[in-house]
Amino acid sequence: MKRAVTLTINGEAISSEIEPRTTLVDFLREDVMLTGTHVGCEHGVCGACSVLLDGTPIRSCLLFAIQAEGHEVTTVEGLVEEDGSLGLLQDSFWETHAMQCGYCTPGMLIAAYGLLAESADPTEAEIREAISGNLCRCTGYVQIVDAVRLAAARMRQQ
Amino acid sequence: MKAATFEYVRPTHIDEVVSELARAGTDARIIAGGQSLVPMMAMRLVRPELLVDINHVSELTGIGKNNDSVCVRAATRQADAGRSEIIARVVPMLAAAVPFIGHNQTRNRGTIGGSLAHGDPTAEVLLVAMALGVTLDLRSEKGERSVNIKDFAVAPMETVMEEDECLVAARFQPAPTDLRVTAVVEEVAPRAGDYAILSVSAEIGLDLGGFCRHLRLGVSGATPVPFRPHMVEIALADSLLADDEVDDAVHLIDPVLDPESDVQASAAYRRRVAPGLLGRAIRTARDRAVVSLV
Ligand code: FES
Ligand code: FES
Repeated sequence: MKRAVTLTINGEAISSEIEPRTTLVDFLREDVMLTGTHVGCEHGVCGACSVLLDGTPIRSCLLFAIQAEGHEVTTVEGLVEEDGSLGLLQDSFWETHAMQCGYCTPGMLIAAYGLLAESADPTEAEIREAISGNLCRCTGYVQIVDAVRLAAARMRQQ
Repeated sequence: MKAATFEYVRPTHIDEVVSELARAGTDARIIAGGQSLVPMMAMRLVRPELLVDINHVSELTGIGKNNDSVCVRAATRQADAGRSEIIARVVPMLAAAVPFIGHNQTRNRGTIGGSLAHGDPTAEVLLVAMALGVTLDLRSEKGERSVNIKDFAVAPMETVMEEDECLVAARFQPAPTDLRVTAVVEEVAPRAGDYAILSVSAEIGLDLGGFCRHLRLGVSGATPVPFRPHMVEIALADSLLADDEVDDAVHLIDPVLDPESDVQASAAYRRRVAPGLLGRAIRTARDRAVVSLV
């Protein structure tokens, strides 16, 4: 049986009717048509589905959308500038070539965003720890670490 | 990889939680962080007909301290326990364990009580709970009861919790404040954050002379459920935790070890590595405490 849910996604109030078993990631991708959040393993292993729930990174395949009632969700689409251009963190990924196929990238951005919200000048070890729950099959992680470090430096200058 | 259909309720009071559980019987599951339950539902290893979401029950979250115990309510997020000043000060072993629990994204959602109730023997929270001998408060419509962790986690993935019971809180005895207390968790895992092959924990308290007056140990991965090696604690009581004393004492666990082989590691490997890993945790904790003495 479908149930009503109301939540905020990237600053916008969204109401919908969903089955309780719908995961947040399926809801985002298939109902709200925000396909930036990727879904890889569907059981909490790969990190591709990471989104911010009230500002902290979580795995959206491990949360039923109905549980997000009243919460604020930020997806990778919410990381852009107001004019729609790449946000500072996204631009830093672009600058350092921190992606190849791009499958892991939305999750990496969210994990990195969560880290930078807490720490203005993270060490390499802290960056690696923050993205340790996100698998990348392409890059070898080095440029992703570079991207986060670049973004941190740019943020400190602002 | 999608969960089967279920009904969903979101109580705000513990009484409603236990009455929902009583009403639904074996078909209900409590969901807190969902970091283990949701994957199991996705793989259809479990198929509850009713999910009772306890994330909105305020009595089930938070950390409090009174004279003789630190109470961690069941739905307290692992990340919040890791950030808690009370935990850092008086349950340092739990604070040391938090970074080893899963990953950032899962700790932000996963709960202390969920980890215990799930009964996964590789869970760091269970290791710490065993080492510190926590008391668990359970509640059902029939009433309340308290169970020591030793009697709670009886086998891998098996606890004494009844279908209609809700874990309310875990009560820890605070570490002594008149000693230099440090805690260390050591793990062997294929990748940081993965299920550990072996994990050990040590919380020690040194007096001003450097003598060990407080020692709590835990070993996980070499027996069906984690255990507290009392024999090592007794052997090292009031010692200076010298390297050779520690290295001898940790082998007292050898006869107790009963590991199984799995895809990650053989029983022989676990048997060989466990004592040394425990020794390393004790020595590291000692060195940190000694540094803080001078
Ligand atoms: S899709 Fe959520 S962790 Fe892999
Ligand atoms: S860029 Fe391909 S998975 Fe990371």
